[in-house]
Amino acid sequence: MTARIGVVTFPGSLDDRDTQRAIRLAGAEPVALWHKDKDLKQVDAVVLPGGFSYGDYLRAGAISRFSPVMETVIEQAKAGLPVLGICNGFQILTEAHLLPGGMLGNDHLHFICRDQKLRVENAETCWTSDYTAGQEISIPLKNMDGRYVADQYTLDKLEAEGRVAFRYLARGEAADGYGNPNGSLNDIAGITNEAGNVVGLMPHPEHAVEPLVGTGRTDGLPFFTSILKKLVNV
Amino acid sequence: MARVVVDVMLKPEILDPQGQAVQRALPRLGFEGVSDVRQGKRFELEVDGPVDDAALARIHELAESFLANTVIEDFTVKVEEVVEAGK
Repeated sequence: MTARIGVVTFPGSLDDRDTQRAIRLAGAEPVALWHKDKDLKQVDAVVLPGGFSYGDYLRAGAISRFSPVMETVIEQAKAGLPVLGICNGFQILTEAHLLPGGMLGNDHLHFICRDQKLRVENAETCWTSDYTAGQEISIPLKNMDGRYVADQYTLDKLEAEGRVAFRYLARGEAADGYGNPNGSLNDIAGITNEAGNVVGLMPHPEHAVEPLVGTGRTDGLPFFTSILKKLVNV
Repeated sequence: MARVVVDVMLKPEILDPQGQAVQRALPRLGFEGVSDVRQGKRFELEVDGPVDDAALARIHELAESFLANTVIEDFTVKVEEVVEAGK
């Protein structure tokens, strides 16, 4: 028996299929979940994929957060269900207040699409244990609303508790994927909740799981092997 | 029938690059002397029945939980008189 990992499809989701594929490549079983369905089909973990659910109307993630499936996801995430939010999924997690802070438009007002260098800051969450702390990775980034903001108290708390999971690598040239791509405070690319079961990030690990395509690297694969090991060893 | 208006603005400490872009365009259009612009959202809710305290409380709750994300935004709720045409 392998782990069953659900991937939610909202109207406007784009990366649900790629996420399912990444889960399969890691050796787990992907399970398609539908936004209108409260039933999580007894999955062991859930991924909220990237895209523009509900057209980003009102705010990115604001309407999805109230979808039937999210009612169950929110309830079970609070009880320890591992949940990963990628890009739009991260926005949904902040709107659902499963993760602190909020997401706003990129400071330069443009859509950005590039391979992005990141540093893994926390390798102890359900989704990052196959990385090592301080490891530098490169995975695709593509978004309009990627600017992470939070008040100073929240930022200080995240830093003090080691809950910044991924940070944009500031040094180096933008053309090589370095630098803060959107004005995110403290160069934050991704964060975790206190328990380490809920993680959100803007860049896309599911697009970097095969050497043949994307970045030509498999730097995103450890997200999916991390959770698989976690679930199978339970 | 009455109209309730909910105005939503980014919190003052949060950078508003859209507002800045608007502000920077003003001198080109001949508008001088505007030092800052911040852009927000306005929602007009047409409410059936009287807008009493209970109705306003519900709209306040709606604004707080949905129309605004109070982590990053502030909001105000106000009742507006609707002047119907032809009366």
